[in-house]
Amino acid sequence: MDTSLKEARAELAERAYRIRRNALLMGEVQGQGYIGQALDIADVLAVAYGRAMSFKPGDAEWEERDRFLLSNGHYAIALYAALIDAGIIPQEELETYGSDDSRLPMSGMASYTPGMEMSGGSLGQGLTIAVGRCLGLKRKASKSFVYTLFSDGELDEGAVWEGLMSAAHWKLDNLIAIVDVNNQQADGPSGQVMAFEPLVDKMEAFGWFTQRIDGNDLDAVIAAFDAARSYTGTKPRMIIADTRMGCGVPFLEAREKNHFIRVDEHEWQLALTALDAGRNA
Amino acid sequence: MNTNVQKPKLKTSAMIASIASEGQRTQSAPFGHALVELAARRPEVVGMTADLAKYTDLHIFAQACPERFYQMGMAEQLLMGAAAGLAHEGAMPFVTTYAVFATRRAYDFMHQAIAEEGLNVKIACALPGLTTGYGPSHQAAEDLALMRAMPGMTVIDPCDALEIEQMVPAVAEHDGPVYMRLLRGQVPLVLDEYDYKFELGKAKLLRDGRDVLIISSGIMTMRALEVARELARDKIDAAVLHVATIKPLDTATILREAGRGGRLVVVAENHSAIGGLGEAVATELLRAGISSPFRQIALPDAFLDAGALPTLHDRYGISTSVMTETLKGWLG
Repeated sequence: MDTSLKEARAELAERAYRIRRNALLMGEVQGQGYIGQALDIADVLAVAYGRAMSFKPGDAEWEERDRFLLSNGHYAIALYAALIDAGIIPQEELETYGSDDSRLPMSGMASYTPGMEMSGGSLGQGLTIAVGRCLGLKRKASKSFVYTLFSDGELDEGAVWEGLMSAAHWKLDNLIAIVDVNNQQADGPSGQVMAFEPLVDKMEAFGWFTQRIDGNDLDAVIAAFDAARSYTGTKPRMIIADTRMGCGVPFLEAREKNHFIRVDEHEWQLALTALDAGRNA
Repeated sequence: MNTNVQKPKLKTSAMIASIASEGQRTQSAPFGHALVELAARRPEVVGMTADLAKYTDLHIFAQACPERFYQMGMAEQLLMGAAAGLAHEGAMPFVTTYAVFATRRAYDFMHQAIAEEGLNVKIACALPGLTTGYGPSHQAAEDLALMRAMPGMTVIDPCDALEIEQMVPAVAEHDGPVYMRLLRGQVPLVLDEYDYKFELGKAKLLRDGRDVLIISSGIMTMRALEVARELARDKIDAAVLHVATIKPLDTATILREAGRGGRLVVVAENHSAIGGLGEAVATELLRAGISSPFRQIALPDAFLDAGALPTLHDRYGISTSVMTETLKGWLG
């Protein structure tokens, strides 16, 4: 690894740590939340906001920005954590997460939050919106990318497959989709709720430039985002990120029912301590 | 957070917020238990869900009758289509998801695959009206309007655990598609004090009164009964007519009560002011030439806020306290 990449990697590792920390602090405000998902996707968000995407912290509507569409609205706590770290949302607002009249509601909504490009919550819609945004950007001859994050559970929704097919049909080379495969949805393990493998074969058959990585291996995430951006073909780009719920906080990672985590009051400090221990290791 | 400084705890939103008020008697998962009981007598009953068994109390059925439970994944269109297919082959599917996902997302599938053929599918939907503070993605403020508009659909808005328990076997007796709002988890129990018996298509006068007639459905009946008690302290005498079946509407009972004269008629509903019980009742009164003064307590025609449920019920005027004040204002 050359020196500049080494430095960049160290910066991104710190960023991922801060995103996890922000998410835990928000969870502590409410005593609950989709913490498992926030911890699992922190590395992806660190690379997206710390390396891959163009944006202006003070101008969330900057025309030349890359768009990030959060399809899985319940991951809002993770994206808020990243937006706070990126300077798009002021740090002070962290404490209002999920509270009455906050700009940071539990489910991500575009009308509430700077930097939130779509209203999620009703799952499986992000990719369809991303297709339209990519088409719109092409009409404007824009060089911006559209990133969209969705979850393996959303693969249950037919609309996702409509989006997958149309993105290839329209040769949306400005689309980078990330699917978070943490194998955990509301009723249980995603693969048991509705079997979705083999995912790489399916995505390739649908006409996508596809990479599958360990989404909690920072080097792999960096390489995948770099490859997705530099790929010169006309296919839309897919990053399948296998992640671990609760990643970075071992005792949360070990928790069996971690789709929606309730954390006892004393455990928040333990979680932060565990996160710090991992950072210093 | 800095643990040394005690800050006032902010009111929080949650997807699954209890609608039971503090100290209220509740019953756990009445739908799930009633369905298990029904299934013991009716071998054609099957349960289906779209990744929300645990959150619609259908997990009780899934545990009791695993071979009659179908997990369709988070795919509501598939859920409705497959329910239609099963019904064609002689099964009686009880289908669960959240109200928003059934009514908004799978409307066409319910319309064409289920209702148009009059199939025997019972659709039980959690988080009806404003019963979550999670935001518009999960708040079903328009579900009754949508389902009322669907030809051939029976629409039910139960009030409490007792009613849900009685509703399950009653809809099984009814041949045809049914949309029922579902209260899940720890569900308040209030109607047992009123000698109540659910009858499909029947409105029931729970309490009589001279000054105002409150016509309500669902959790608003629970609120209306509390409001009536509050108003009694001010010597205001309120009647409460509970309309659990929104469609077909018990027009005869509604017209009889509203036509008694001298009373303000108030419709209270946990639904948008557009297309719900209020407009249904108003239409019937107008058609029958009954000109009682009429008011509506309902959710606004707006995308509702995210926030803590009690805050939102206050904000939109459907909490007991705000509703009491509103009625006092109207009654001078």
